[in-house]
Amino acid sequence: MSDYNFAYLDEQTKRMIRRAILKGLAIPGYQVPFASREMPMPYGWGTGGVQVSAATLTPDDTLKVIDQGADDTTNAVSIRKFFERTAGVETTEVTAKASVIQTRHRIPEAALNEDQILVYQVPIPEPLRFLEPRETETRKMHALEEYGLMHVKLYEDISQHGDIATSYAYPVKVEDRYVMDPSPIPKFDNPKLEMAAIQLFGAGREQRIYALPPYTKVVSLDFEDFPFVASKADHPCDLCAAEDSYLDEVILDDAGNRMFVCSDTDYCRSRRAEGHVGRLGEQEGAAA
Amino acid sequence: MYVAVKGGERAIDNAHAWLAEERRGDTSVAELSIAQIREQMSLAVNRVMAEGSLYDPDLAALAIKQSRGDLIEAIFLIRAYRTTLPRFGYSEPVDTGAMACDRRISATFKDAPGGQVLGPTFDYTHRLLDFKLAADGEVAEAPTAEPRTEETPHILEFLQGENIIEQEPELDDEPGDLTREPISFPAGRAVRLQSLSRGDEGFILGMAYSTQRGYARNHAFVGELRIGKVPVEMEIPELGFAIEIGEVELTECETVNQFKGSKTVPPQFTRGYGLVFGQSERKSIAMALVDRALRWEELGEDNLGAAAQDEEFVLSHSDNIQATGFLEHIKLPHYVDFQSELELVRKLRREAQELAEDMAAREAAE
Repeated sequence: MSDYNFAYLDEQTKRMIRRAILKGLAIPGYQVPFASREMPMPYGWGTGGVQVSAATLTPDDTLKVIDQGADDTTNAVSIRKFFERTAGVETTEVTAKASVIQTRHRIPEAALNEDQILVYQVPIPEPLRFLEPRETETRKMHALEEYGLMHVKLYEDISQHGDIATSYAYPVKVEDRYVMDPSPIPKFDNPKLEMAAIQLFGAGREQRIYALPPYTKVVSLDFEDFPFVASKADHPCDLCAAEDSYLDEVILDDAGNRMFVCSDTDYCRSRRAEGHVGRLGEQEGAAA
Repeated sequence: MYVAVKGGERAIDNAHAWLAEERRGDTSVAELSIAQIREQMSLAVNRVMAEGSLYDPDLAALAIKQSRGDLIEAIFLIRAYRTTLPRFGYSEPVDTGAMACDRRISATFKDAPGGQVLGPTFDYTHRLLDFKLAADGEVAEAPTAEPRTEETPHILEFLQGENIIEQEPELDDEPGDLTREPISFPAGRAVRLQSLSRGDEGFILGMAYSTQRGYARNHAFVGELRIGKVPVEMEIPELGFAIEIGEVELTECETVNQFKGSKTVPPQFTRGYGLVFGQSERKSIAMALVDRALRWEELGEDNLGAAAQDEEFVLSHSDNIQATGFLEHIKLPHYVDFQSELELVRKLRREAQELAEDMAAREAAE
């Protein structure tokens, strides 16, 4: 792979992507069109995130890649390997050690700091897409700040189901201006969108980049009498006993027994290293 | 104790090793060479070049070999390779009027200057399996003749002389580049044609077919279909003039479409246009039909609400690399989103049940 430029993309392309990122940071929540390139992995598999990471990485960076909160899911492994080969940057699984974190579907549990960049892979950047499929219409709606349709949708959910029937990719309003899709993170993660790190969102197939500068105001859409609730499974982690982390449900046997474990594998690992033990966990180092 | 599944990296490496073995198949059967694929699977090679947007028969053949004959996968390999190539510049527009035609037919005129040339076509073959090919592939030499020396002008030019077909005004506008600028709508005809030319053959065919069956029917005749090689010229800044840098095989289809006239345009014939790398007849005809359907607005026709008239719909869904990537991404882990849905549905069901019990209790009390 040494025939390829640092982080695969050529410098002109990276410059074009950086311009889109800067524009995105200047207009938080606005979707900036960019000339997305064909990458050597399929559209829908993180090409937007990969291009943003490629344009963001410097040789001194330390990269972490997670999918569903975990470092060892197959696509996270594949993307990490891609950057190891094409950029030769250091990689880590430790959230605190990473300067750039590419993620799909989760925000790490540990708070990020001002020296970190979180890059999201985004499938459908347009929060209004499933209310109005036409890009020509939705761009107008954003320009005119015409978000009534979204509120009607949320209202209809409540009248039909008694609840807002959106549990992930829950829409937010950024700095009182743009309605934004936070990518398919569970709504549990929404409150974390106000953070110290820079957040960049890349949608390759849809050719859009958007961004949240540090400490940007991000409000999950709701109603006064139906306030937003960041929910998760009502259990502690069965391995590390964490009460505050998002949990995956794992089926253990044919009898349908379940366990709940942190989706953020690094968070779970670090808690166990500190001696926390869950219902099905064992004292670190006690077992072979 | 529960241990989370680890070892994704080894699983991936092993899967790829197995894939390589499967690709090769039974090693007692001779391996395919790139040259064999290029020469004997040439229409597959053409499709990969057309939808991969890269004219290189050897690389296309390699991609077909590597992808085990999955043409969309091969197109993907070519696209991913192509995007890494530096751009030296843009060629001069190719002159398809100067094409050395292997095939040239018109469905609108019985004869025309340049003649009807059937060329190497499946048309009029009886689709009977040729079991002789299973035994040996030797073929008798085809009869040959001297190539025609006279010009082969575009047939639609004759209609133009009579001023009975729409004039395509010559423009010096620089056409957009789909691969360098994000697409926006309305895209304009040049970008539209670029997009259709690299669009999925099956999708374009389906769209075109839908117009023939009445969803924005546009009464197309194949005014001309020609296949052959054209020289590619490029202006070299240091020289100050254009030189020939190679040649490409193209299929060009021009349709003549019936047209009654509209509020803005007098009655005349209109055009649809298809141009595709290689011998790609089906694709170029389909492209011309879809091009014509998409032109409803500029010709002042009614929007019939047909899918093939909807530029945003057609262009957003014609690229098979985008489509297949997004379709297949649902194989990726979605534990986190699914978990949140699981909890939501459980909660809604709990609430619905509580409500039902509540109602039942109230009814019993009454």
